[in-house]
Amino acid sequence: MDIIVCMKQVPDTEAQIRVSPDGRGIVESDIKFVMNPYDEYAVEEALKLKEKYGGSVTLICLGPQRAVEAIRTGLAMGADKAIHLDDPAFEGGDAISTAKALAAAIKGLPCDIIFCGKQAIDDDLSMVGSTLAEILGLPQVVVVVKVELSDDKKHAKVNRQIIGGEEVIQVPLPAVLTAQKGLNEPRYASLPGIMKAKKKEIKVMKAADLGLGAEITGAAGARTRIVKLFSPPQRQSGKIIAGETPEEKAPQLAKLLREEAKII
Amino acid sequence: MAKGMWVFAERSDGTLRKVTFEMLSEARKIADKTGEELCVVVLGDGLEAVVKDCGPYGANKVYLVESPLLKDYTTEGYTKTLVDLVREQQPSILLGGATVTGRDLFPRVAARLDTGLAVDCTEMKLGENNQFLVRRPMYAGKVYADVGFSDATPRMATVRPNVLIPVQPDASRRAEIIKVSPSLTPADIKSRVLEQITVAGEKVDLTEAEVIISGGRGMKGPENFTLLEQMADVLKATVGASRAAVDAGWRPQSDQVGQTGKVVSPNLYIACGISGAIQHFAGMGTSKYIVAINKDPEAVIFSKCDYGICDDLFKVLPKLTEELKKIRQE
Repeated sequence: MDIIVCMKQVPDTEAQIRVSPDGRGIVESDIKFVMNPYDEYAVEEALKLKEKYGGSVTLICLGPQRAVEAIRTGLAMGADKAIHLDDPAFEGGDAISTAKALAAAIKGLPCDIIFCGKQAIDDDLSMVGSTLAEILGLPQVVVVVKVELSDDKKHAKVNRQIIGGEEVIQVPLPAVLTAQKGLNEPRYASLPGIMKAKKKEIKVMKAADLGLGAEITGAAGARTRIVKLFSPPQRQSGKIIAGETPEEKAPQLAKLLREEAKII
Repeated sequence: MAKGMWVFAERSDGTLRKVTFEMLSEARKIADKTGEELCVVVLGDGLEAVVKDCGPYGANKVYLVESPLLKDYTTEGYTKTLVDLVREQQPSILLGGATVTGRDLFPRVAARLDTGLAVDCTEMKLGENNQFLVRRPMYAGKVYADVGFSDATPRMATVRPNVLIPVQPDASRRAEIIKVSPSLTPADIKSRVLEQITVAGEKVDLTEAEVIISGGRGMKGPENFTLLEQMADVLKATVGASRAAVDAGWRPQSDQVGQTGKVVSPNLYIACGISGAIQHFAGMGTSKYIVAINKDPEAVIFSKCDYGICDDLFKVLPKLTEELKKIRQE
């Protein structure tokens, strides 16, 4: 099984996000960046399949120089090698221009399954997996919580989350699968893993290496653009209900919900 | 030139998903300004009865695309059918719900049409020169973005359920029904749906629920969620959970509200034994009313809620359920 995992480096979930003065981006200086949490499930599933069936796991990450840390994390978990799409020409892209760059890097590589996280927790698009699948002409299953391969490894039986339950889909391979929490329990990088990762290959590629013109990638190739970013208004603290005992407080709350908020 | 504002509708039992009417209500205002037609497109089999409300909510036309192959949703079947119709009719804007189906279908359709898509929008409006703009949360709602589109059409957006306010339907308005036969064959659908496993009975999904009662670490164990289920029965609410409760194995992952769980926007969110970490708030911060019940007076959630009770939730919840039951019976 040759497996490709597309991954991204994003601000940690605990990060406070502040809008930069030009209103187009965020202030990165005091943010801790990590591997996108959903990509950890993607890497873990790829490693589990490799352990069972043999083959290779290749990471592909589009992002600036700092993203190399997240790539090293993936390599330390056990991925074999990585491609880092690092070029100012990729910056400011949307899902379409990003997926076109990823697709160009993947074309020609041996590949039985492509895993992505179900969404990156920075721009929250949950689009790159499907867009990549479309460009490569592959089927997709998104928000995946279970993967089983058929005996001939030509199909996968995949569970994906739907409203009120799961749907079981039989999909021909190669396919793009996007990983949801619950798919597995991602491993931590071990110390030997971290040492080994330092020696693994990270191939840096630019837009020109992928044969992509300036009009395709980054902001130039994007079909949407951010006009302005802003922080939402903070919620104000409301009424803390007074009283000595729970028996006193509960009826007051019920009354407020009924008479003041008028929502029940 | 592309023309017409389209809303992709999803069936939900005998009618259409609520978000359809929320989108139609808002889109009607925009279509009135641009002078464009507002059309609904719905895919499935045996649909005529379920689209009757589209006219009253403002649609001029309904494209009814019916085939036995569209009875159940498949990425491949729905993508091909919707793309074929869009290429033929050339709408300028295509909207859909940010639902399980919308999140699967719309990115694929946008990619095939090589056009722009903004997902999970909470507002849409016209900017200068009637440019279509949308507003959407990023970083799980810690930041919002106003997003514009390139010249590629249709400009596509998915809309978060429960955020836009539906208008009063006007029963005198009728939409013209246009039946479309898709050129879809079984060979177009290579991924097969083998089965659907329902875990949750008739419970409303968290993303569409009007009332959510969530439990966190303060619930102390899975058995105590019965207290929340009992209140949920009274309020016709859906029970959610914080990450702490899910990671402890007390509740299934599909119940998780927050940055790495579901993003919800109910009218009323009751947080029980939840401290209100930034990641949890990211998932429920747009709820209309937030109620916090927590015995820790320092809990962050008290600074961001509309009503708070600082006390032992194991004593508050049974009493509150009893009071709510009385109100409901009035």
